[in-house]
Amino acid sequence: MDLIESYKEELQLVRKPWSRMWVAALLLFLLIMPWITQEYIVYIATIIFIYSIGSLGQNLLIGYTGQISFGQAAFLAIGAFTFGHCSRFGIPWPIGLIAAGLAAGIFGLIVGIPSLRLKGPYLAIATLGFGIAVYQIFANSDTLSGGRMGLIINKIDPVFGLDRSIFNYYFNLIIAILFTLLTYNIISSYMGRAFIAIRDNDIAAEVIGVNLMRYKLLSFAISSFYTGIQGGLYGLLMGYLEPNMFTFMEAVTLFVAVIIGGLASAAGSIMGAAFVVLVPQFFSGFKEMVPVVYGTAILLILIFEPLGLNGIWLKIRLYFRNWPFR
Amino acid sequence: MSLLQVDGLSISFGGIQALNGVGVNVEKEEILAVIGPNGSGKTSMFNCITGVYHPNSGNVLFRGESLIGLSPDSIARKGVARTFQNLRLFMHMTVLNNLMLGRHVQFKKNPLSAFLRLRREELKHRKVVEEIIDFLDLHPYRHSLVADCPYGVQKRVEMGRALALEPEVLLLDEPISGLTSEEKEETAYRITEIRGRYKTTILIVEHDLKIASRLADRMIALDYGKKVAEGSPEEVQKAPEVIKAYMGVD
Repeated sequence: MDLIESYKEELQLVRKPWSRMWVAALLLFLLIMPWITQEYIVYIATIIFIYSIGSLGQNLLIGYTGQISFGQAAFLAIGAFTFGHCSRFGIPWPIGLIAAGLAAGIFGLIVGIPSLRLKGPYLAIATLGFGIAVYQIFANSDTLSGGRMGLIINKIDPVFGLDRSIFNYYFNLIIAILFTLLTYNIISSYMGRAFIAIRDNDIAAEVIGVNLMRYKLLSFAISSFYTGIQGGLYGLLMGYLEPNMFTFMEAVTLFVAVIIGGLASAAGSIMGAAFVVLVPQFFSGFKEMVPVVYGTAILLILIFEPLGLNGIWLKIRLYFRNWPFR
Repeated sequence: MSLLQVDGLSISFGGIQALNGVGVNVEKEEILAVIGPNGSGKTSMFNCITGVYHPNSGNVLFRGESLIGLSPDSIARKGVARTFQNLRLFMHMTVLNNLMLGRHVQFKKNPLSAFLRLRREELKHRKVVEEIIDFLDLHPYRHSLVADCPYGVQKRVEMGRALALEPEVLLLDEPISGLTSEEKEETAYRITEIRGRYKTTILIVEHDLKIASRLADRMIALDYGKKVAEGSPEEVQKAPEVIKAYMGVD
Protein backbone atom coordinates (compact mmCIF):
# COMPACT_ATOMS: atom_id res chain seq x y z
CA MET A 1 0.00 0.00 0.00
CA ASP A 2 1.15 3.45 -0.80
CA LEU A 3 -0.39 5.92 1.58
CA ILE A 4 0.61 9.54 1.66
CA GLU A 5 -0.48 11.69 4.54
CA SER A 6 0.74 15.12 3.57
CA TYR A 7 1.81 17.03 0.49
CA LYS A 8 5.20 17.43 2.06
CA GLU A 9 5.65 13.70 2.32
CA GLU A 10 4.85 13.36 -1.33
CA LEU A 11 7.62 15.76 -2.28
CA GLN A 12 10.36 13.68 -0.68
CA LEU A 13 13.27 12.79 -2.89
CA VAL A 14 13.12 9.04 -2.27
CA ARG A 15 9.78 8.12 -0.84
CA LYS A 16 8.95 4.46 -1.21
CA PRO A 17 10.63 2.00 1.18
CA TRP A 18 11.88 -0.20 -1.66
CA SER A 19 13.43 2.74 -3.50
CA ARG A 20 15.05 3.82 -0.25
CA MET A 21 16.53 0.40 0.14
CA TRP A 22 18.12 0.16 -3.25
CA VAL A 23 19.35 3.76 -3.15
CA ALA A 24 21.01 3.00 0.17
CA ALA A 25 22.46 -0.22 -1.22
CA LEU A 26 23.82 1.61 -4.25
CA LEU A 27 25.41 4.32 -2.11
CA LEU A 28 26.96 1.74 0.18
CA PHE A 29 28.32 -0.15 -2.80
CA LEU A 30 29.81 3.05 -4.27
CA LEU A 31 31.43 3.81 -0.91
CA ILE A 32 33.18 0.49 -0.48
CA MET A 33 33.86 -0.18 -4.15
CA PRO A 34 37.41 1.28 -4.31
CA TRP A 35 38.48 -1.05 -1.51
CA ILE A 36 37.25 -4.24 -3.11
CA THR A 37 38.15 -3.74 -6.77
CA GLN A 38 41.26 -3.12 -8.82
CA GLU A 39 42.69 0.32 -9.40
CA TYR A 40 41.74 0.17 -13.08
CA ILE A 41 38.04 -0.26 -12.34
CA VAL A 42 38.20 2.55 -9.77
CA TYR A 43 39.65 4.78 -12.47
CA ILE A 44 36.88 3.89 -14.95
CA ALA A 45 34.26 4.60 -12.28
CA THR A 46 35.86 7.99 -11.67
CA ILE A 47 35.55 8.84 -15.36
CA ILE A 48 31.91 7.72 -15.31
CA PHE A 49 31.22 10.13 -12.43
CA ILE A 50 32.75 12.98 -14.38
CA TYR A 51 30.80 12.17 -17.53
CA SER A 52 27.58 11.81 -15.52
CA ILE A 53 27.75 15.49 -14.62
CA GLY A 54 27.94 16.50 -18.27
CA SER A 55 25.21 14.14 -19.40
CA LEU A 56 22.92 15.26 -16.56
CA GLY A 57 23.34 18.83 -17.77
CA GLN A 58 22.87 17.84 -21.37
CA ASN A 59 19.71 15.95 -20.44
CA LEU A 60 18.30 19.05 -18.74
CA LEU A 61 18.70 20.83 -22.04
CA ILE A 62 17.79 18.12 -24.57
CA GLY A 63 15.56 15.82 -22.57
CA TYR A 64 13.71 18.29 -20.37
CA THR A 65 13.71 21.55 -22.29
CA GLY A 66 13.73 19.92 -25.72
CA GLN A 67 16.47 22.15 -27.15
CA ILE A 68 18.93 20.13 -29.19
CA SER A 69 22.49 21.30 -28.83
CA PHE A 70 25.64 19.96 -30.43
CA GLY A 71 27.88 22.63 -28.97
CA GLN A 72 28.68 20.74 -25.80
CA ALA A 73 32.32 20.11 -26.74
CA ALA A 74 32.83 23.88 -26.74
CA PHE A 75 31.47 24.28 -23.19
CA LEU A 76 33.63 21.39 -22.12
CA ALA A 77 36.69 23.10 -23.59
CA ILE A 78 35.75 26.49 -22.12
CA GLY A 79 35.26 24.95 -18.70
CA ALA A 80 38.43 22.91 -18.84
CA PHE A 81 40.68 25.73 -20.04
CA THR A 82 39.17 28.23 -17.62
CA PHE A 83 39.99 25.79 -14.86
CA GLY A 84 43.44 25.21 -16.37
CA HIS A 85 44.31 28.91 -16.46
CA CYS A 86 42.95 29.43 -12.95
CA SER A 87 45.15 26.61 -11.75
CA ARG A 88 48.15 28.11 -13.59
CA PHE A 89 47.66 31.37 -11.68
CA GLY A 90 47.56 29.44 -8.44
CA ILE A 91 43.87 30.00 -7.76
CA PRO A 92 42.57 27.28 -5.40
CA TRP A 93 40.61 24.52 -7.08
CA PRO A 94 37.13 25.17 -5.61
CA ILE A 95 37.15 28.71 -6.99
CA GLY A 96 38.66 27.48 -10.24
CA LEU A 97 35.95 24.88 -10.62
CA ILE A 98 33.17 27.37 -10.02
CA ALA A 99 34.83 29.75 -12.45
CA ALA A 100 34.93 26.94 -15.02
CA GLY A 101 31.22 26.34 -14.62
CA LEU A 102 30.37 30.03 -14.69
CA ALA A 103 32.48 30.72 -17.79
CA ALA A 104 30.81 27.86 -19.64
CA GLY A 105 27.43 29.01 -18.31
CA ILE A 106 27.92 32.53 -19.65
CA PHE A 107 28.84 31.18 -23.07
CA GLY A 108 25.82 28.91 -22.80
CA LEU A 109 23.65 31.97 -22.33
CA ILE A 110 25.11 33.51 -25.48
CA VAL A 111 24.66 30.32 -27.50
CA GLY A 112 21.13 30.05 -26.14
CA ILE A 113 20.11 33.28 -27.82
CA PRO A 114 19.54 31.65 -31.25
CA SER A 115 17.24 29.15 -29.52
CA LEU A 116 14.71 31.94 -29.12
CA ARG A 117 14.29 31.89 -32.89
CA LEU A 118 15.48 28.51 -34.06
CA LYS A 119 13.91 25.15 -33.37
CA GLY A 120 14.89 21.53 -33.74
CA PRO A 121 17.48 20.76 -36.42
CA TYR A 122 18.19 24.44 -37.12
CA LEU A 123 19.20 25.01 -33.52
CA ALA A 124 21.31 21.86 -33.66
CA ILE A 125 23.19 23.26 -36.66
CA ALA A 126 23.71 26.66 -35.04
CA THR A 127 25.14 25.13 -31.88
CA LEU A 128 27.23 22.71 -33.93
CA GLY A 129 28.80 25.71 -35.62
CA PHE A 130 29.65 27.20 -32.25
CA GLY A 131 31.20 23.95 -31.06
CA ILE A 132 33.48 23.70 -34.07
CA ALA A 133 34.41 27.40 -33.95
CA VAL A 134 35.49 27.17 -30.31
CA TYR A 135 37.57 24.08 -31.03
CA GLN A 136 39.33 25.92 -33.85
CA ILE A 137 40.02 28.91 -31.63
CA PHE A 138 41.59 26.75 -28.94
CA ALA A 139 43.50 24.69 -31.49
CA ASN A 140 44.99 27.79 -33.11
CA SER A 141 45.67 30.04 -30.15
CA ASP A 142 48.75 29.18 -28.14
CA THR A 143 47.92 31.63 -25.37
CA LEU A 144 44.54 30.03 -24.78
CA SER A 145 45.50 26.42 -25.13
CA GLY A 146 48.99 26.54 -23.66
CA GLY A 147 50.71 25.80 -26.97
CA ARG A 148 52.18 22.53 -28.08
CA MET A 149 52.96 21.42 -24.56
CA GLY A 150 49.34 21.71 -23.53
CA LEU A 151 48.31 23.17 -20.22
CA ILE A 152 49.61 21.50 -17.09
CA ILE A 153 47.19 21.44 -14.17
CA ASN A 154 48.34 20.94 -10.59
CA LYS A 155 46.56 17.95 -9.12
CA ILE A 156 45.11 18.10 -5.64
CA ASP A 157 47.14 16.31 -3.00
CA PRO A 158 45.20 13.43 -1.50
CA VAL A 159 43.97 13.95 2.05
CA PHE A 160 43.68 11.45 4.92
CA GLY A 161 46.63 9.53 3.48
CA LEU A 162 44.45 8.07 0.74
CA ASP A 163 45.83 6.54 -2.39
CA ARG A 164 45.68 9.04 -5.30
CA SER A 165 43.26 6.95 -7.36
CA ILE A 166 40.98 6.33 -4.39
CA PHE A 167 41.06 10.00 -3.48
CA ASN A 168 40.09 10.96 -7.05
CA TYR A 169 37.29 8.42 -6.88
CA TYR A 170 35.76 9.87 -3.72
CA PHE A 171 36.35 13.45 -4.79
CA ASN A 172 34.48 12.99 -8.07
CA LEU A 173 31.85 10.77 -6.48
CA ILE A 174 30.92 13.51 -4.04
CA ILE A 175 30.69 16.13 -6.76
CA ALA A 176 28.68 13.80 -9.00
CA ILE A 177 26.26 13.08 -6.14
CA LEU A 178 25.87 16.82 -5.51
CA PHE A 179 25.03 17.42 -9.15
CA THR A 180 22.64 14.48 -9.24
CA LEU A 181 20.78 15.90 -6.25
CA LEU A 182 20.81 19.34 -7.88
CA THR A 183 19.29 17.86 -11.03
CA TYR A 184 16.53 16.09 -9.12
CA ASN A 185 15.80 19.29 -7.24
CA ILE A 186 15.64 21.35 -10.40
CA ILE A 187 13.37 18.99 -12.30
CA SER A 188 10.89 18.71 -9.46
CA SER A 189 10.70 22.46 -8.91
CA TYR A 190 8.82 25.20 -10.73
CA MET A 191 11.88 25.56 -12.94
CA GLY A 192 11.85 21.97 -14.14
CA ARG A 193 8.14 22.17 -14.77
CA ALA A 194 8.67 25.25 -16.90
CA PHE A 195 11.39 23.42 -18.86
CA ILE A 196 9.13 20.46 -19.56
CA ALA A 197 6.28 22.79 -20.48
CA ILE A 198 8.47 24.43 -23.11
CA ARG A 199 9.36 21.03 -24.53
CA ASP A 200 5.81 19.70 -24.60
CA ASN A 201 4.03 22.75 -25.92
CA ASP A 202 5.77 26.09 -26.13
CA ILE A 203 2.67 28.10 -27.09
CA ALA A 204 0.67 26.77 -24.16
CA ALA A 205 3.65 27.39 -21.88
CA GLU A 206 3.78 31.01 -22.96
CA VAL A 207 0.04 31.51 -22.60
CA ILE A 208 0.04 30.31 -18.99
CA GLY A 209 2.81 32.71 -18.14
CA VAL A 210 6.13 30.92 -18.68
CA ASN A 211 8.62 33.38 -20.06
CA LEU A 212 10.10 31.41 -22.96
CA MET A 213 13.19 33.56 -23.29
CA ARG A 214 14.10 33.37 -19.61
CA TYR A 215 13.65 29.63 -19.27
CA LYS A 216 15.28 28.65 -22.55
CA LEU A 217 18.33 30.74 -21.70
CA LEU A 218 18.30 29.44 -18.13
CA SER A 219 18.27 25.90 -19.42
CA PHE A 220 21.20 26.62 -21.71
CA ALA A 221 23.11 28.32 -18.91
CA ILE A 222 22.51 25.53 -16.39
CA SER A 223 23.37 22.76 -18.81
CA SER A 224 26.54 24.57 -19.89
CA PHE A 225 27.44 25.10 -16.25
CA TYR A 226 27.29 21.34 -15.73
CA THR A 227 29.38 20.76 -18.83
CA GLY A 228 31.92 23.35 -17.73
CA ILE A 229 32.27 21.58 -14.39
CA GLN A 230 32.73 18.32 -16.23
CA GLY A 231 35.51 19.93 -18.27
CA GLY A 232 37.21 21.27 -15.17
CA LEU A 233 37.06 17.95 -13.35
CA TYR A 234 38.34 16.13 -16.40
CA GLY A 235 41.30 18.47 -16.61
CA LEU A 236 41.95 18.03 -12.91
CA LEU A 237 41.93 14.25 -13.26
CA MET A 238 44.14 14.21 -16.34
CA GLY A 239 46.57 16.83 -15.06
CA TYR A 240 46.99 18.41 -18.46
CA LEU A 241 44.83 19.86 -21.23
CA GLU A 242 45.10 20.10 -24.98
CA PRO A 243 42.49 21.18 -27.54
CA ASN A 244 42.30 17.72 -29.10
CA MET A 245 40.50 16.44 -26.04
CA PHE A 246 37.48 18.53 -27.06
CA THR A 247 36.68 17.64 -30.64
CA PHE A 248 33.20 17.30 -32.05
CA MET A 249 33.33 13.65 -30.99
CA GLU A 250 32.99 14.74 -27.35
CA ALA A 251 29.70 16.51 -28.12
CA VAL A 252 28.49 13.39 -29.90
CA THR A 253 29.51 11.26 -26.92
CA LEU A 254 27.41 13.37 -24.54
CA PHE A 255 24.52 13.31 -26.98
CA VAL A 256 24.74 9.53 -27.23
CA ALA A 257 24.83 9.29 -23.43
CA VAL A 258 21.58 11.22 -23.19
CA ILE A 259 19.76 9.27 -25.90
CA ILE A 260 20.96 5.85 -24.74
CA GLY A 261 20.37 6.65 -21.09
CA GLY A 262 16.90 7.97 -21.72
CA LEU A 263 15.59 11.43 -22.53
CA ALA A 264 14.21 13.37 -19.58
CA SER A 265 15.58 11.05 -16.94
CA ALA A 266 18.28 11.89 -14.43
CA ALA A 267 18.96 8.26 -13.59
CA GLY A 268 19.14 7.51 -17.29
CA SER A 269 21.79 10.18 -17.81
CA ILE A 270 24.06 8.41 -15.39
CA MET A 271 23.45 5.06 -17.04
CA GLY A 272 24.12 6.69 -20.41
CA ALA A 273 27.36 8.16 -19.10
CA ALA A 274 28.39 4.69 -17.94
CA PHE A 275 27.56 3.35 -21.39
CA VAL A 276 29.70 5.87 -23.29
CA VAL A 277 32.63 5.35 -20.92
CA LEU A 278 32.43 1.56 -20.87
CA VAL A 279 31.98 0.97 -24.60
CA PRO A 280 35.41 2.38 -25.57
CA GLN A 281 36.92 0.30 -22.75
CA PHE A 282 35.38 -2.95 -23.97
CA PHE A 283 36.40 -2.16 -27.54
CA SER A 284 39.81 -0.78 -26.62
CA GLY A 285 41.39 -3.32 -29.01
CA PHE A 286 39.74 -1.73 -32.03
CA LYS A 287 38.92 1.88 -31.24
CA GLU A 288 37.67 2.69 -34.73
CA MET A 289 34.60 0.55 -33.99
CA VAL A 290 33.37 2.77 -31.14
CA PRO A 291 31.28 5.12 -33.33
CA VAL A 292 29.75 2.06 -35.00
CA VAL A 293 28.68 0.73 -31.62
CA TYR A 294 27.23 4.13 -30.69
CA GLY A 295 25.31 4.33 -33.94
CA THR A 296 23.92 0.81 -33.69
CA ALA A 297 23.01 1.30 -30.05
CA ILE A 298 21.10 4.50 -30.84
CA LEU A 299 19.22 2.77 -33.66
CA LEU A 300 18.30 -0.18 -31.47
CA ILE A 301 17.28 2.05 -28.59
CA LEU A 302 15.12 4.29 -30.75
CA ILE A 303 13.37 1.30 -32.30
CA PHE A 304 12.93 -0.96 -29.29
CA GLU A 305 13.11 1.19 -26.19
CA PRO A 306 12.67 4.92 -26.84
CA LEU A 307 12.97 5.61 -23.12
CA GLY A 308 16.51 4.29 -23.18
CA LEU A 309 18.28 2.36 -20.47
CA ASN A 310 16.10 4.07 -17.92
CA GLY A 311 13.05 2.66 -19.70
CA ILE A 312 14.44 -0.85 -19.35
CA TRP A 313 15.10 -0.18 -15.66
CA LEU A 314 11.55 1.10 -15.16
CA LYS A 315 10.14 -2.02 -16.80
CA ILE A 316 12.21 -4.27 -14.57
CA ARG A 317 10.96 -2.42 -11.51
CA LEU A 318 7.38 -2.58 -12.75
CA TYR A 319 7.73 -6.32 -13.28
CA PHE A 320 8.82 -6.89 -9.72
CA ARG A 321 6.26 -4.50 -8.30
CA ASN A 322 3.44 -6.34 -10.02
CA TRP A 323 4.85 -9.77 -9.41
CA PRO A 324 3.32 -12.40 -9.48
CA PHE A 325 0.88 -10.65 -11.82
CA ARG A 326 1.96 -9.44 -15.21
CA MET B 1 -15.25 51.50 -17.81
CA SER B 2 -15.43 47.99 -19.16
CA LEU B 3 -12.95 45.44 -17.91
CA LEU B 4 -11.87 44.35 -21.37
CA GLN B 5 -12.26 46.65 -24.33
CA VAL B 6 -11.57 45.30 -27.79
CA ASP B 7 -11.53 48.02 -30.38
CA GLY B 8 -11.20 47.83 -34.15
CA LEU B 9 -9.17 44.64 -34.09
CA SER B 10 -7.87 43.66 -37.54
CA ILE B 11 -5.46 40.98 -38.63
CA SER B 12 -4.79 39.46 -42.01
CA PHE B 13 -2.79 36.45 -43.10
CA GLY B 14 -1.67 37.09 -46.65
CA GLY B 15 -4.86 37.80 -48.56
CA ILE B 16 -7.19 36.52 -45.88
CA GLN B 17 -8.69 39.13 -43.59
CA ALA B 18 -9.22 37.02 -40.49
CA LEU B 19 -10.46 39.92 -38.38
CA ASN B 20 -11.79 43.15 -39.73
CA GLY B 21 -12.39 45.90 -37.22
CA VAL B 22 -13.92 43.77 -34.49
CA GLY B 23 -14.82 45.64 -31.35
CA VAL B 24 -16.58 44.61 -28.16
CA ASN B 25 -16.70 45.70 -24.54
CA VAL B 26 -16.77 43.06 -21.86
CA GLU B 27 -18.06 44.01 -18.43
CA LYS B 28 -16.84 42.63 -15.15
CA GLU B 29 -18.27 39.24 -14.16
CA GLU B 30 -20.04 38.87 -17.44
CA ILE B 31 -20.24 35.77 -19.62
CA LEU B 32 -19.92 36.75 -23.25
CA ALA B 33 -20.41 34.15 -25.95
CA VAL B 34 -18.74 34.55 -29.32
CA ILE B 35 -20.45 32.64 -32.09
CA GLY B 36 -19.97 32.37 -35.82
CA PRO B 37 -19.40 29.81 -38.57
CA ASN B 38 -16.06 28.08 -39.04
CA GLY B 39 -13.30 30.45 -40.06
CA SER B 40 -15.20 33.51 -38.99
CA GLY B 41 -12.37 34.72 -36.75
CA LYS B 42 -13.46 33.66 -33.28
CA THR B 43 -10.22 31.93 -32.38
CA SER B 44 -8.18 34.64 -34.11
CA MET B 45 -9.83 37.14 -31.80
CA PHE B 46 -8.81 35.08 -28.78
CA ASN B 47 -5.30 34.76 -30.15
CA CYS B 48 -5.05 38.53 -30.56
CA ILE B 49 -6.27 39.18 -27.03
CA THR B 50 -3.82 36.70 -25.48
CA GLY B 51 -0.85 37.90 -27.51
CA VAL B 52 -0.37 34.75 -29.59
CA TYR B 53 -1.09 36.84 -32.71
CA HIS B 54 -0.12 40.45 -33.14
CA PRO B 55 -3.02 42.31 -34.75
CA ASN B 56 -2.31 44.66 -37.67
CA SER B 57 -4.41 47.37 -36.12
CA GLY B 58 -6.84 47.95 -33.32
CA ASN B 59 -6.47 47.91 -29.60
CA VAL B 60 -7.16 45.67 -26.64
CA LEU B 61 -7.52 47.41 -23.30
CA PHE B 62 -7.57 45.39 -20.10
CA ARG B 63 -8.39 47.48 -17.02
CA GLY B 64 -7.50 50.48 -19.14
CA GLU B 65 -4.04 49.15 -20.08
CA SER B 66 -3.23 48.17 -23.64
CA LEU B 67 -2.28 44.53 -24.20
CA ILE B 68 -1.05 45.11 -27.74
CA GLY B 69 2.61 44.24 -28.24
CA LEU B 70 2.92 42.41 -24.94
CA SER B 71 4.16 38.83 -24.95
CA PRO B 72 1.66 36.09 -24.06
CA ASP B 73 3.35 35.43 -20.73
CA SER B 74 3.10 39.02 -19.54
CA ILE B 75 -0.56 39.09 -20.58
CA ALA B 76 -1.08 35.94 -18.53
CA ARG B 77 0.61 37.66 -15.59
CA LYS B 78 -1.86 40.54 -15.86
CA GLY B 79 -4.70 38.08 -15.33
CA VAL B 80 -5.92 36.84 -18.70
CA ALA B 81 -6.04 33.06 -19.06
CA ARG B 82 -7.34 30.89 -21.86
CA THR B 83 -7.95 27.37 -23.04
CA PHE B 84 -7.40 26.09 -26.55
CA GLN B 85 -9.77 24.59 -29.05
CA ASN B 86 -7.45 21.68 -29.84
CA LEU B 87 -6.07 20.84 -26.45
CA ARG B 88 -2.63 22.21 -25.79
CA LEU B 89 -1.67 20.33 -22.68
CA PHE B 90 1.69 19.19 -21.45
CA MET B 91 1.13 15.61 -22.44
CA HIS B 92 4.13 14.05 -20.71
CA MET B 93 3.36 15.52 -17.32
CA THR B 94 0.93 14.39 -14.71
CA VAL B 95 -2.41 16.12 -14.28
CA LEU B 96 -1.13 17.57 -11.02
CA ASN B 97 1.95 19.08 -12.65
CA ASN B 98 -0.14 20.55 -15.43
CA LEU B 99 -2.24 22.32 -12.84
CA MET B 100 0.84 23.37 -10.87
CA LEU B 101 2.14 24.99 -14.06
CA GLY B 102 -1.01 27.03 -14.02
CA ARG B 103 0.26 28.44 -10.72
CA HIS B 104 3.54 29.43 -12.34
CA VAL B 105 2.68 33.12 -12.44
CA GLN B 106 1.79 33.14 -8.75
CA PHE B 107 4.95 31.34 -7.66
CA LYS B 108 7.66 33.25 -5.87
CA LYS B 109 10.38 32.14 -8.22
CA ASN B 110 13.59 31.99 -6.28
CA PRO B 111 16.17 29.85 -8.10
CA LEU B 112 17.79 28.92 -4.80
CA SER B 113 14.60 27.27 -3.64
CA ALA B 114 14.71 25.18 -6.81
CA PHE B 115 18.36 24.24 -6.39
CA LEU B 116 18.16 23.50 -2.67
CA ARG B 117 14.77 21.81 -2.67
CA LEU B 118 13.04 24.38 -0.48
CA ARG B 119 9.41 23.52 -0.89
CA ARG B 120 7.40 26.12 0.99
CA GLU B 121 5.98 27.75 -2.12
CA GLU B 122 5.27 24.35 -3.62
CA LEU B 123 3.16 23.33 -0.62
CA LYS B 124 1.32 26.63 -0.56
CA HIS B 125 0.28 26.38 -4.20
CA ARG B 126 -0.46 22.71 -3.93
CA LYS B 127 -3.34 23.63 -1.61
CA VAL B 128 -4.87 25.87 -4.25
CA VAL B 129 -4.40 23.24 -6.91
CA GLU B 130 -6.09 20.64 -4.73
CA GLU B 131 -9.11 22.92 -4.48
CA ILE B 132 -9.26 23.06 -8.26
CA ILE B 133 -8.89 19.28 -8.45
CA ASP B 134 -11.82 19.09 -6.06
CA PHE B 135 -13.88 21.49 -8.12
CA LEU B 136 -13.21 19.72 -11.41
CA ASP B 137 -13.49 16.24 -9.94
CA LEU B 138 -10.02 15.16 -11.05
CA HIS B 139 -9.06 13.11 -7.97
CA PRO B 140 -8.65 9.74 -9.68
CA TYR B 141 -6.38 11.25 -12.33
CA ARG B 142 -4.16 13.37 -10.11
CA HIS B 143 -1.01 11.36 -10.74
CA SER B 144 -1.69 9.96 -14.18
CA LEU B 145 -0.03 11.30 -17.28
CA VAL B 146 -2.26 13.64 -19.23
CA ALA B 147 -1.59 11.64 -22.40
CA ASP B 148 -3.21 8.60 -20.75
CA CYS B 149 -6.37 10.43 -19.70
CA PRO B 150 -9.60 10.31 -21.70
CA TYR B 151 -10.51 13.32 -23.79
CA GLY B 152 -13.17 14.61 -21.43
CA VAL B 153 -10.67 14.61 -18.57
CA GLN B 154 -8.05 16.36 -20.68
CA LYS B 155 -10.59 19.05 -21.44
CA ARG B 156 -11.17 19.50 -17.70
CA VAL B 157 -7.44 19.59 -17.01
CA GLU B 158 -7.03 22.38 -19.50
CA MET B 159 -9.81 24.36 -17.88
CA GLY B 160 -8.26 23.69 -14.48
CA ARG B 161 -4.88 24.88 -15.66
CA ALA B 162 -6.39 28.15 -16.82
CA LEU B 163 -8.32 28.46 -13.55
CA ALA B 164 -5.15 27.93 -11.53
CA LEU B 165 -3.89 31.28 -12.79
CA GLU B 166 -6.76 32.88 -10.85
CA PRO B 167 -7.49 35.01 -13.88
CA GLU B 168 -9.76 38.00 -14.03
CA VAL B 169 -10.69 37.19 -17.59
CA LEU B 170 -11.00 33.62 -18.75
CA LEU B 171 -11.21 32.86 -22.45
CA LEU B 172 -12.66 29.45 -23.20
CA ASP B 173 -12.26 28.25 -26.77
CA GLU B 174 -14.95 25.64 -27.41
CA PRO B 175 -14.96 24.18 -23.89
CA ILE B 176 -17.70 21.65 -24.64
CA SER B 177 -16.91 20.49 -28.14
CA GLY B 178 -16.35 16.76 -28.45
CA LEU B 179 -17.85 15.92 -25.07
CA THR B 180 -20.70 13.54 -24.28
CA SER B 181 -24.03 15.11 -23.41
CA GLU B 182 -23.56 14.55 -19.68
CA GLU B 183 -20.10 16.06 -19.79
CA LYS B 184 -21.53 19.02 -21.69
CA GLU B 185 -24.06 19.63 -18.96
CA GLU B 186 -21.42 19.32 -16.27
CA THR B 187 -19.10 21.71 -18.04
CA ALA B 188 -21.87 24.23 -18.58
CA TYR B 189 -22.66 24.06 -14.89
CA ARG B 190 -19.00 24.49 -14.02
CA ILE B 191 -18.66 27.56 -16.21
CA THR B 192 -21.41 29.35 -14.33
CA GLU B 193 -19.95 28.05 -11.09
CA ILE B 194 -16.55 29.52 -11.98
CA ARG B 195 -18.11 32.93 -12.28
CA GLY B 196 -19.94 32.46 -9.03
CA ARG B 197 -16.92 31.31 -7.06
CA TYR B 198 -14.03 33.21 -8.52
CA LYS B 199 -15.84 36.32 -9.84
CA THR B 200 -14.25 35.68 -13.22
CA THR B 201 -15.24 37.39 -16.43
CA ILE B 202 -15.65 34.74 -19.10
CA LEU B 203 -15.47 34.88 -22.88
CA ILE B 204 -16.59 31.71 -24.50
CA VAL B 205 -16.43 30.53 -28.10
CA GLU B 206 -19.04 27.91 -28.72
CA HIS B 207 -20.79 26.17 -31.59
CA ASP B 208 -23.48 24.57 -29.50
CA LEU B 209 -25.93 27.47 -29.61
CA LYS B 210 -28.34 25.90 -27.18
CA ILE B 211 -25.80 25.74 -24.37
CA ALA B 212 -24.10 28.97 -25.38
CA SER B 213 -27.31 30.96 -25.20
CA ARG B 214 -28.17 29.41 -21.89
CA LEU B 215 -24.79 30.36 -20.42
CA ALA B 216 -24.23 33.76 -21.91
CA ASP B 217 -25.40 37.09 -20.65
CA ARG B 218 -24.55 38.60 -23.96
CA MET B 219 -23.53 37.26 -27.32
CA ILE B 220 -21.68 38.53 -30.34
CA ALA B 221 -21.63 36.91 -33.76
CA LEU B 222 -18.74 37.05 -36.19
CA ASP B 223 -18.76 36.32 -39.89
CA TYR B 224 -15.78 36.69 -42.24
CA GLY B 225 -13.89 38.55 -39.54
CA LYS B 226 -16.60 41.14 -38.98
CA LYS B 227 -18.94 41.54 -36.07
CA VAL B 228 -22.43 41.07 -37.49
CA ALA B 229 -24.53 41.11 -34.34
CA GLU B 230 -24.36 41.92 -30.66
CA GLY B 231 -26.93 41.71 -27.89
CA SER B 232 -28.81 39.20 -25.81
CA PRO B 233 -28.62 35.60 -27.05
CA GLU B 234 -32.18 35.72 -28.39
CA GLU B 235 -31.59 38.95 -30.26
CA VAL B 236 -28.38 37.69 -31.82
CA GLN B 237 -29.87 34.41 -32.93
CA LYS B 238 -32.77 36.18 -34.58
CA ALA B 239 -30.61 38.75 -36.33
CA PRO B 240 -30.91 38.39 -40.11
CA GLU B 241 -27.13 38.65 -40.61
CA VAL B 242 -26.56 35.72 -38.28
CA ILE B 243 -29.16 33.59 -40.02
CA LYS B 244 -27.57 34.54 -43.32
CA ALA B 245 -24.10 33.60 -42.02
CA TYR B 246 -25.25 30.19 -40.83
CA MET B 247 -27.84 29.29 -43.44
CA GLY B 248 -26.79 31.31 -46.45
CA VAL B 249 -29.31 33.26 -48.55
CA ASP B 250 -31.76 31.76 -50.94
